[in-house]
Amino acid sequence: MLRVIVRRLLQLVVTLIALSALIFIWLRNLPGGPVEALLGERATPERRVLLTKALGYDQPILVQYGKFMQRVVTGDFGNSIRTGDPVTEVISRAFPATIELALAAMIIAVGLGVPLGYLAARWRGRSLDNLTIAGTLLGISIPIFFLGYLLKDVFTQNIHWFPPSGRLTTGLDNTHVTGFFVLDGLLTREFDASADALWHLILPAITLATIPLAVIVRITRASVLDVLNEDYVRTAEAKGLRHRTIRGRHILRNALLPVVTTIGLQTGALLSGAVLTEKVYNWGGLGTLITDSITGGRDYPVLQAIILLAALVFVVVNLLVDLSYAFIDPRVRVR
Amino acid sequence: MSDPITQAGAPTPRSGNDKPGSGDDKPRPGMSERSIGVLGDRKKARLDELARASASDRGGVSLVRDAVRRLRRNPVAIVGASIVGLFILVAIFAPLIAPHDPVQRFDELTKNLTVDSIPGATAGHPFGSDPLGRDFLSRMIYGARQTLFVGVLATLIGLSLGVLIGAIAGAFGGWVDVVLMRLTDVMLALPSLLLAITLVAMASRSSQWTVIFAVAIVSVPIFARLLRGSMLAQRESDHVLAARALGVKERNIVLRHMLPNSLTAVIVQATLTFAVAILDAAALSFLGLGDPDINRAEWGLMLGVDGQRYFEVRPELAYYPALAIIVVALGFTLLGEAMREAIDPKNRR
Repeated sequence: MLRVIVRRLLQLVVTLIALSALIFIWLRNLPGGPVEALLGERATPERRVLLTKALGYDQPILVQYGKFMQRVVTGDFGNSIRTGDPVTEVISRAFPATIELALAAMIIAVGLGVPLGYLAARWRGRSLDNLTIAGTLLGISIPIFFLGYLLKDVFTQNIHWFPPSGRLTTGLDNTHVTGFFVLDGLLTREFDASADALWHLILPAITLATIPLAVIVRITRASVLDVLNEDYVRTAEAKGLRHRTIRGRHILRNALLPVVTTIGLQTGALLSGAVLTEKVYNWGGLGTLITDSITGGRDYPVLQAIILLAALVFVVVNLLVDLSYAFIDPRVRVR
Repeated sequence: MSDPITQAGAPTPRSGNDKPGSGDDKPRPGMSERSIGVLGDRKKARLDELARASASDRGGVSLVRDAVRRLRRNPVAIVGASIVGLFILVAIFAPLIAPHDPVQRFDELTKNLTVDSIPGATAGHPFGSDPLGRDFLSRMIYGARQTLFVGVLATLIGLSLGVLIGAIAGAFGGWVDVVLMRLTDVMLALPSLLLAITLVAMASRSSQWTVIFAVAIVSVPIFARLLRGSMLAQRESDHVLAARALGVKERNIVLRHMLPNSLTAVIVQATLTFAVAILDAAALSFLGLGDPDINRAEWGLMLGVDGQRYFEVRPELAYYPALAIIVVALGFTLLGEAMREAIDPKNRR
């Protein structure tokens, strides 16, 4: 087990180093070169010279890369061109919003997807199964920003069930503790703020959940179908175990293993989807930050940090999932 | 037909899969440690297995013939192929079908055009006007053409680069393989849309080509992994061994024996990639990173720009392109999944 962990960590480090090298190359090849990309077009010549010196761009390429890595490791990404605020500050404001949205979407996708996939497999070929498969195909084929607008139109314009955008009703002042608004409200006992945040969260979370939901339903279904054919299920039936025991211990537990891994893989889909969903609902998380950083004059210091952060999150989540997989499934541990 | 190579990963007896989508996503509870990498192991394992599945065939022709026979009996494949066929026909014959020039502005449409009212159906313009007074129906029809262009080109570029990387990795093996596969790992480490955004940001301004390129690059690691896995499986197969024993040059073994037999899975993946490509292109347009040409009639662009901006004024501007994209993406997905199922040797009887 320990060997697996160590090897996976080493692979993770290699991947991250390769990624940072790519970002370094990316930054150097941006229009106008790295200094202009980091300072913006309107910077004075003196500042350019200063930054060129500070970043070491007048030195050999390996030294430049070394300095770049040093800044990455210490989390020093400079200041945003657009607002002038330190990049780390800008990102730490937006990060909890995206995580809150992504977590809510994942809860919906898993909470709905696993039972649906299981039922579809159990009643294979019946109408629920066919309907579920048709639904998942549609879910994969629909542009999710369009779905977002559709939901927004129906549930905020036609019937006023949910608020159209933002994370909180304006005027409602909540205390920020963690940046997760629903959690903040519970921690500070501002339950009205918590409820309001949750109310704002529902539509965007449903929109974002579409693709992971479709994928999880399909994986669960295929996985349950496979397990149903296993010898040990037949054995369990033959020795007269109760159906509930067979379903819980033999079928679901084994069928869920691949689902756990899928959850890790869907982190990528969630981060991609968040960019689109946040724009539809004006959410103000990392996705909004990316869009603003590109369309409002290219804010490369911010972009660079977000890209690294997104890759880090994705890789670390997948590492955790793989490790938990090795933990859940004894067969992986033995080898 | 049971094959030792394909069966190795799946020791369980299986029933035939008759549904689209039940053929993929194979769970492997007893997945070996070998296939545990930094990320996307499931994805990778699945790609590798698919690659093996399509590579394990001894006679390439009979597999294809067998697959075609099964496809023709599968209603899902027929629906998918019909949608794709119709879409391609509309794209090719757009000038004959469309009632008007897609970029011409009509006086009878522009005179009723204001910021918060865009004329709906009128005589001669059954879909009404777009925000610039052009015939919306004609733009929708020509849209098939541009959408096909973007999708096909993006898929082809992604496929070519991916096949190149995968073939080199698979043919050489060793450290070349390790380095190239690490590279695909890094590309897979970035969520697809973020990778596309990063690439678009490299250009000083966006054009149709930045969009096509960005969308194409996203699919490169998938093709590369798929082909590499398939090539590696071919390496050990009997016909390659026979060729080697006969003294066929290594280069010819790779080009004439390994590569052609590995391409089936890649072609299937290309069908699925097309759907993703037009969806991603639409997403980039929506984010304001798409093609800036206001004359270009492409569904993703129409949905992402006009559809978004005028959603309150005239939602049809979003509905029609969205519907077109959904139907076409669905068609390609159905066809691709039916094909994937058809080439899976496990389903051969």
